[in-house]
Amino acid sequence: MQRMWAIVEREMRKFFRSPALMMVSMTLPLVQLIILGHAFGGKIRNARMGVVDYDRGSQALKIHEAFNAVAANIRTFTTVPYQNEQQAREDVRNGKIDGAVIIPAQYSRRVLAGDSPSIGLVVDNTDQVMSGALEAEMQSLVQALNEPIIQPYVVQQITLKIVELYPYVEYMKYLLSGSIALAMYVAVMIGGGMLYIDDKARGVHEGYLVTPITRLELVLGLNIAGAIKAILSGVSLTVIGTLLSGLGVIFHPMALVQLSLLIVAISIAFNGMMFLMMVRVEDPLVPRAMFGVLNTLLFFPSGAISPVSGLPPWLKAIAAIDPFTYAVHGFKSILLKDGGFTAIGPDLGFLTLFGVASLLIATPLFKRTL
Amino acid sequence: MSTQTIPAISVQNIIKRYGDFEAVRGITFDVADGEIFGLLGPNGAGKSTLIRMMTTLIPVTAGKAIIAGHDVSRDSDAVRRLIGVIPQALTSDIDLTVEENLSIYAKLYEVPKATRRRNIDDLLEAVDLTKWRNAQTKTLSGGMRRRLEIARGLVHNPRIFFLDEPTTGLDPVSRVAVWEMLNALKNQRGLTMLITTHYMDEADRLCDRIAIVDHGKLVALDTPMALKASVPGNNVVEVQFTHESPAWPQRLERLAGVTSVESQSAAMYRVLTSNGSLTTTQLVEMAVSHNETLKSLNVQNTTLDDVFVHYTGRQLRDEQIKPVGFIMPPRPGMQP
Repeated sequence: MQRMWAIVEREMRKFFRSPALMMVSMTLPLVQLIILGHAFGGKIRNARMGVVDYDRGSQALKIHEAFNAVAANIRTFTTVPYQNEQQAREDVRNGKIDGAVIIPAQYSRRVLAGDSPSIGLVVDNTDQVMSGALEAEMQSLVQALNEPIIQPYVVQQITLKIVELYPYVEYMKYLLSGSIALAMYVAVMIGGGMLYIDDKARGVHEGYLVTPITRLELVLGLNIAGAIKAILSGVSLTVIGTLLSGLGVIFHPMALVQLSLLIVAISIAFNGMMFLMMVRVEDPLVPRAMFGVLNTLLFFPSGAISPVSGLPPWLKAIAAIDPFTYAVHGFKSILLKDGGFTAIGPDLGFLTLFGVASLLIATPLFKRTL
Repeated sequence: MSTQTIPAISVQNIIKRYGDFEAVRGITFDVADGEIFGLLGPNGAGKSTLIRMMTTLIPVTAGKAIIAGHDVSRDSDAVRRLIGVIPQALTSDIDLTVEENLSIYAKLYEVPKATRRRNIDDLLEAVDLTKWRNAQTKTLSGGMRRRLEIARGLVHNPRIFFLDEPTTGLDPVSRVAVWEMLNALKNQRGLTMLITTHYMDEADRLCDRIAIVDHGKLVALDTPMALKASVPGNNVVEVQFTHESPAWPQRLERLAGVTSVESQSAAMYRVLTSNGSLTTTQLVEMAVSHNETLKSLNVQNTTLDDVFVHYTGRQLRDEQIKPVGFIMPPRPGMQP
């Protein structure tokens, strides 16, 4: 055991001598959390909507009034008057305005005649977020215009009442789970994978191999050290991230216990996975080349930035065996839902089993000779 | 059999193959207790492969290496406890201090806590790094780092010490300092040392016996003195004429005591002779008789360079520039 702890001691001394590693492992996730959290978190405001009014009648005026209400209250868009449809379409195309509403001639007459008139909406559907927001706003506005002036005696309209279990979750809070997992992944990738291969290349492992240390002691020593680095990174980003996102969950003792267990399980899983991938690698370029690919392959299907249920089947299959998926789910359960051990139990189980299984496969693959 | 009669190292017809290529081709030798034994050869000769087999770093294909009575293939753990190894590359942790580097290795060798501190103190004193014990290794010079590595290899008081090209990359002053330190360590601790090198002067200065390895084979093995004596001719005369002539080699061969003539470059010859003074006198007379002037004339005793040329037919320096044969598959970051 003394030999195993000597490896851990060596790794940790190096780690604390080079705080850059800690900083680097947290920079990407923190930047992602702050930038993406704010970039995708807000609603569309002050879009420019062109209005081409060929009618100018009383019913068209109602539409203008509704637009003015939107501009004054919810501020999704403000209107820009246009004289002809072609110009409005061209301006949507070249980005001068974000959308255009076309009120056709005879619109008011047809409304009053009950002739089901249409209003045209021109949107730039290459920007799905903007076009989606404008469409939703216009749908709501048209629905309001369609309300009968005199309610019928028997109302047959079915309405949906939405019950939200949790307070409104800003995107930054939603993203935090993935960011913590990402910080731990980066810590394992750099602190475990890259440094491990660099040490091999520099001959440091050759020094170990001539000592009486056993294969298991060496594997456990390297992995315990790697897991500790990931834990430190995970704890740091959990504290910083929850404070940045305005989540007070870290002040609840039970949540702290759950977070601690989850972080340890994730560390074991990520470190085991990394060690298995690197156990036979000799070239220091390999982990650097794998870094981005693995990041994309593991992070994005995990549900960190969008739900797993929206993925195609082949990506869902990756997500099912991706430890990131369980890490993200576990963090969301604790940070956003107060889900308790029932919610994170399967995540803890999978992550621990995944890590242990990876190490069990990697250990015999680890070469005790050069 | 008593331990006194067992050689510290016994290598018996050892072979290492990589696929179809035989990097080490049936080498046999013994190293006695307390001896400094040198493996001399150019890069790619198989020295490092040989030392790696003896230190359990790579498996033996065939044959045996017995270290202090333990077979490296069957009892590698016991071998590792008895040996200290200094690899070719500088592998100390540059982020750790000198003392931390030694302490980690003492723990890897399970040196008891009670003696660990004393061992480290003694070794730092021996390698003259006491005042640098708390310095980060990255702040040390190459020579100091090599001394640290030597101390690291001795932190568990090994019986046998393997050093793979211990002075490669060091400046001449540091090299001499390392030689002196190794000699002192041998005397103080009664260590058996096996050193690989491609420096003739290093082998000559340090080693009790030298094995010349070339293309994976042992081509000569003896004391430096006996190896030099085995080369025909006791002196080497290096001469450069002002003008080149195809007749010079034949004229030189006819001089008294000359055993061989080797062309070095244009009008420059290396002459092995059993009588340096007589050959030199006749050489000067011969030049005068042909109205030739000498650009340079140098007389010296036979060196290990001559021994190497005699046994391998090649200059060691040439081999260093243009290595032939198998070179251990280069691992990234390893020194050539």
